[in-house]
Amino acid sequence: MEVVAPDRFFRERFGLSDAVLEQVLGTALARRADHADLYFEFRVAQTASLEEGVVKKATRNVSQGVGVRVVAGARAGYAHSDEVTLDRLELAARTARAIADERTDTVAVPARRPTAAHDLYPVARPPIDTPLDDEIALLAAIDAAARSVDPAITNVLASVGIEHKVVLIATSAGTVVGDVRPLVHLGITCIAERGNDRQQGYYGGGGRFEFSTLADGRALRFAREAARQALVNLRATDAPAGTMTVVLGPGWPGILLHEAIGHGLEGDFNRKRVSAFTDRVGTRVASELCTVVDDGTIASRRGSLNVDDEGTPTQRTMLIERGVLRGYLQDRMNAALMGVPATGNGRRESFAHLPMPRMTNTFMLAGEDAPEDVIRSVDRGLYAVSFGGGQVDITSGKFVFSANEAYLIEGGKIGRPVRGATLIGNGPDVLTRITRVGADLQLDEGIGTCGKDGQSVPVGVGLPTIRIDGLTVGGTQA
Amino acid sequence: MTARVNGSLADLAQDLVGRAVRAGARAADAVVAESDGLAIGVRLDEVEKLKRSRQRRAGLRVFVGASTAIVSTADFSADGLAELAREACALAARTAPDPHAGLPDAGDLATALPDLDLDDPAVATLGPEQALAWAREGEAAALAAAPEITNSEGAEFSADSGRVAYASSLGFVGAYAGSHAGLTVVPVASRDGAMQRDSWYTTHRKLAGLASPADVGREAAHRTLRRLGARRPPTCECPVVFDPETAASLLRQLAGAISGSALFRRMSFLVDRLGEQIASPAVTVIDDPLRPAGPASRPFDGEGVAQRRRIVVEDGVLRTYLLDSYSARRLGLRTTGHAARSVGDAPGAGPTNFVLQPGPHTPEAIIGSIRSGLYVTELIGFGVNAVTGDYSRGAAGLWIENGELAYPVEELTIAGNLRDMLRDIEMVGNDLTLRNAVAAPTLKLARMTVAGT
Repeated sequence: MEVVAPDRFFRERFGLSDAVLEQVLGTALARRADHADLYFEFRVAQTASLEEGVVKKATRNVSQGVGVRVVAGARAGYAHSDEVTLDRLELAARTARAIADERTDTVAVPARRPTAAHDLYPVARPPIDTPLDDEIALLAAIDAAARSVDPAITNVLASVGIEHKVVLIATSAGTVVGDVRPLVHLGITCIAERGNDRQQGYYGGGGRFEFSTLADGRALRFAREAARQALVNLRATDAPAGTMTVVLGPGWPGILLHEAIGHGLEGDFNRKRVSAFTDRVGTRVASELCTVVDDGTIASRRGSLNVDDEGTPTQRTMLIERGVLRGYLQDRMNAALMGVPATGNGRRESFAHLPMPRMTNTFMLAGEDAPEDVIRSVDRGLYAVSFGGGQVDITSGKFVFSANEAYLIEGGKIGRPVRGATLIGNGPDVLTRITRVGADLQLDEGIGTCGKDGQSVPVGVGLPTIRIDGLTVGGTQA
Repeated sequence: MTARVNGSLADLAQDLVGRAVRAGARAADAVVAESDGLAIGVRLDEVEKLKRSRQRRAGLRVFVGASTAIVSTADFSADGLAELAREACALAARTAPDPHAGLPDAGDLATALPDLDLDDPAVATLGPEQALAWAREGEAAALAAAPEITNSEGAEFSADSGRVAYASSLGFVGAYAGSHAGLTVVPVASRDGAMQRDSWYTTHRKLAGLASPADVGREAAHRTLRRLGARRPPTCECPVVFDPETAASLLRQLAGAISGSALFRRMSFLVDRLGEQIASPAVTVIDDPLRPAGPASRPFDGEGVAQRRRIVVEDGVLRTYLLDSYSARRLGLRTTGHAARSVGDAPGAGPTNFVLQPGPHTPEAIIGSIRSGLYVTELIGFGVNAVTGDYSRGAAGLWIENGELAYPVEELTIAGNLRDMLRDIEMVGNDLTLRNAVAAPTLKLARMTVAGT
């Protein structure tokens, strides 16, 4: 696939000239609206899946379309279509503007082209151009690496997903900004069997980089990790039930932050005053050891973007500074309604969806403790190092996340592995119970997908080793 | 059945299959789907969102020799469609042969396509004014229910109508239209500085099948208000009652565990259990894809296979798996017509209208049978291990004391293993409603571990 600038790409594919963009934005703004934007998207996604030692399935999906949005106060009108023609665009603009009141004057919409703020994921060869044979070869190597860990590994399911997304956003403020977004993902599930016991392990990762970055050795490391986790779970016994001290390992357990505070700090929920964090800016919501940021500008990360899906450059946003809540994550509309700047967090799954405030890469900055000391400080508790999904009720603040690799801590030492258990806590309260923060901040390997209001977007999380004094562990041993 | 309406979609599907065969495929099948949607949201009586959707996609699966590939596109240009068939065959040339790959046996295909009353033309022509009026009415009823309803996440009315066509190189071609409409209301209540939200909804294929917006709003308010003042329960083992909404989630776990793809991979806690007692004798589950106007009803499955009503679990005994043709061949069985197909992926196996049959007990009698236990109204998180059946999820609900709902509880988990949980279903309620495709009445489980303080 030839890499061309997004505006040229869409001009050539759909005949979109500046005059067309101006005309459609003019139609969208023909009523008393504050803002209008057009979001063009072209996406190719391919997958190759291995199981039972061979790649028996490959898929390739092409989608394209446009969404036209008109914003007036807290109202949003939206119309989208996968046919990108002037007629369809005009119809969409007239549909979307129905939420706005009539006006008599007309507005001229100038189109101009600022340069994007970042260039976070340059690739010499777009990963979507990877020959299927290369993906098949990597998957075969993954299969061999996982099985070589132990004969108890009886099956390996692995799949490579590669996405190539080109977007162009034209706004009534006169900006036209594009982005070409590569995304690579590798997921590996290992099944381990011993007697009648069957357990699974999962590991994976990826990011906005070339396919060769996966193949540089990390793919085989992921394979061995998935196998190791399945084997650990073969030894695991029932998890405890009740409230106890919990130590979270570094990296992906940062899903705690995503669920416990991240969603509750999204601008839409706070503007509507339905978040447990409403009106809490400037107040203490975490122990002094905690500083948490959302940063969409880290090179090559799965959660990073040059610009968000409204054309705003991404940034590093301080959420919690030494325990004090500093701000929310904003898209354009909620920022305008709350009288604060947009933070580059306006995201959407595709052209078929309205943008809303979403996280990018959300993580806690490193503290000072050695991770071994954090574990040693606990007489009896749970040490959780890998998690499946999580969920939050942003109004009550209650959140869960589910461990799929965890151990008991006994007398300051890591003890026997326990079966997966869900941990539940209260978002506005849980970070105040953090009594130790390790110096070992890690970002996750690039596996996170966040769902909100039916829309999925790729995200990242990160965490150093932390100790939480009092979190409910949902095992079976009461 | 509706080839007249969907002539162009069916033609397109057949055309794609023809292109694939000409490009070298031994066999092929194609799905073409289009949909139009309207969604309107109000919050505190103001319009918040108006959304109009139009989507059209074509998917093609090819078999080249014994190898498979699946492609899809939204590009319906002549070039785009020609490219699709070429690309599919080129991809399949690189994947490994699979002796089990292929279309279903011709003898399993649907011959007569029953009219299942799936489409309400009024859904497609519904105007935003009417949708807005219903959303407003639903939210207003919630806001008026009590002074403690102080805020709202809004109410949303949505209406979608779509058409789908399927064709294969076995000569099968079929098409049908379907519609869905629904209203959801999400009020927020507060007391003593603590907020709670909950929601209620109605959904149906036909506008006339929807509950009244005022009833939806009042129920949403009731569910939200009863959460105010929630406490944390003590950690203990006790009986747990699932309300019909949360009981349906247990049924979805069961459906996943008996679906073909989980079984041939041996990634299910119910492998090799066909014909055995997997649940309490109080449990009977029926899957019926032919129920008129059912939310998951269809005249044929994602591979063109004929549909029929099946008893899946009878008095606790597992009578059938849910299979598509591939998983059936892998297991040495025959497809049960449960191929679920999305446009861009290979078929998997899944339930249609999958219903746990009602029992003799009123919900009050079920609650009344418990001295101390939990009534679950909400489950959150993903803490279910399909391979082992290990189950640990976040929950909220009401604490049962001396046979009555005593006070709300939250920030707790319930844990067990699905193998035991299915056997521990002690009482089945008589309060089944067929709102969703997967549906169950109130269920009482003899014992689970509740983790709280």
